[in-house]
Amino acid sequence: MDKYECPCGYVYDPAEGDIENGIDPGTAWEDLPESWVCPLCGAEQEYFEKMD
Amino acid sequence: MFTPIELADGIYSVGCRDWDIRDFHGYYIPEGTTYNAFLVTGEQNILIDTVKSNFKDELLANISRIMDPKNIDAVISNHTEMDHSGSLSAIMHKIGEDKPLYCSKMGAQNLKNHFNREYNFQVVGSGDTLTLGNRTFSFLETRMLHWPDSMFTYMPDEKILFSSDAFGQHYAGDKFFDDQIGDYIMPHARKYYANILLHFSPRVQTLLADVAKMNLDIRMICPDHGIIWRKDPSRIITAYDRWSRQEPVNKALVIFDSMWESTTKMARTVTSGIESEQVGVRLMNTRKWHRSDIMTEILDAGAVAVGSPTLNNGIFPVIADVLTYIKGLRPQNKLAAAFGSYGWSGEAVKILNKEFEEMKWETVDPGVKVLYVPDEDDLKRCFDLGATLAKKLKEKLNA
Ligand SMILES: Cc1cc2nc3c(=O)[nH]c(=O)nc-3n(C[C@H](O)[C@H](O)[C@H](O)COP(=O)(O)O)c2cc1C
Ligand SMILES: [Fe+2]
Ligand SMILES: [Fe+2]
Repeated sequence: MDKYECPCGYVYDPAEGDIENGIDPGTAWEDLPESWVCPLCGAEQEYFEKMD
Repeated sequence: MFTPIELADGIYSVGCRDWDIRDFHGYYIPEGTTYNAFLVTGEQNILIDTVKSNFKDELLANISRIMDPKNIDAVISNHTEMDHSGSLSAIMHKIGEDKPLYCSKMGAQNLKNHFNREYNFQVVGSGDTLTLGNRTFSFLETRMLHWPDSMFTYMPDEKILFSSDAFGQHYAGDKFFDDQIGDYIMPHARKYYANILLHFSPRVQTLLADVAKMNLDIRMICPDHGIIWRKDPSRIITAYDRWSRQEPVNKALVIFDSMWESTTKMARTVTSGIESEQVGVRLMNTRKWHRSDIMTEILDAGAVAVGSPTLNNGIFPVIADVLTYIKGLRPQNKLAAAFGSYGWSGEAVKILNKEFEEMKWETVDPGVKVLYVPDEDDLKRCFDLGATLAKKLKEKLNA
């Protein structure tokens, strides 16, 4: 599953999810709820970029 | 210009005092500030951070009192914001454009985006250790405290932490160290936390826990603004722990603005109502108080009442300014109540309640709206609003 990077440097890794904000490990980027924003800086999903 | 101060054997503070600055990106700093930069001399000479660009000559002059700046071998940049990176191009030009510039991964990106050019970026990350001659440095990335690039540099042998903006204070004066200034510095440190770091409080908690786990022996903390913590660095660490927990105290604020003084009358009466319940209160007129000072008071206040007249179907612009600012810094654990005078449509209280909801503040009452000038009954409602807010706060604190 693809990882996505926020402009602030935070990386969303589906394998880890974002447990503190209710995102279970194994949640794909596409399956994140719309309300999920970068847990570090608050940026919305549209600003993230897919990592190679 | 001040003589460079030797902090430890061969390690100097070479930064500058900005006596004149009062508006620091919208944050009011009545005593100016300092841009601290540090020179580590030895088999190699390393500069940690620089100063705002208009002080570059002063920085170079300070360094020159110790050594020829050309003999600087490397620069460490803990933070790319221009109050610390502003003189970087002048420094690199002086010491040699190809000398290594150590920074975090986001630091390298952000420096490129500030200077629109490349340098010999050497990316370091948490846990990395760097030995330059007889000096050793280790690094701890502190992303979003308060910028993506922020990091700490630690010297394990000397046990000095260079903490970038964290633990800083906007103060330029005749004192340079915590032991010289004593308690006087704490309100400045508190204001800095409330205005720069408050919204990252959960990260501050994580960082403090990480630092505790690393068992770092910290003898001295050198922030990039204000005084250096050398006598008791734990004092500011303990304060950060307290502030970042955002535990409310028995204190309320009444923040208001007014056009024809009706909302002023209401605000004074809300204040009396709060005091009648033995809760400490501060009445803050937004045209007398700077938003950054209101923010400092918000930090530990347990309850906040906000009053605004209705102006053109909205809240008063100065109140909107203050609320926008407060909201961005995400203060938590507040009880809230709204009030305001109006003439016909009266939207202000509804808008204020919506603001509270968006900030996740607990609204304790629908609020008090008064048509034009408050009469005795209206003032009684205001008094009761204050009393309710205060009672709820006491209940919460005693729970
Ligand atoms: C205290 C502070 C907070 C900031 N918060 C954000 C932010 O939340 N999101 C963002 O994209 N940039 C943020 N920035 C970065 C600024 O938008 C950036 O430095 C910008 O280049 C400043 O533009 P200016 O030179 O016109 O002031 C912040 C900067 C400061 C000083
Ligand atoms: Fe900064
Ligand atoms: Fe700064």
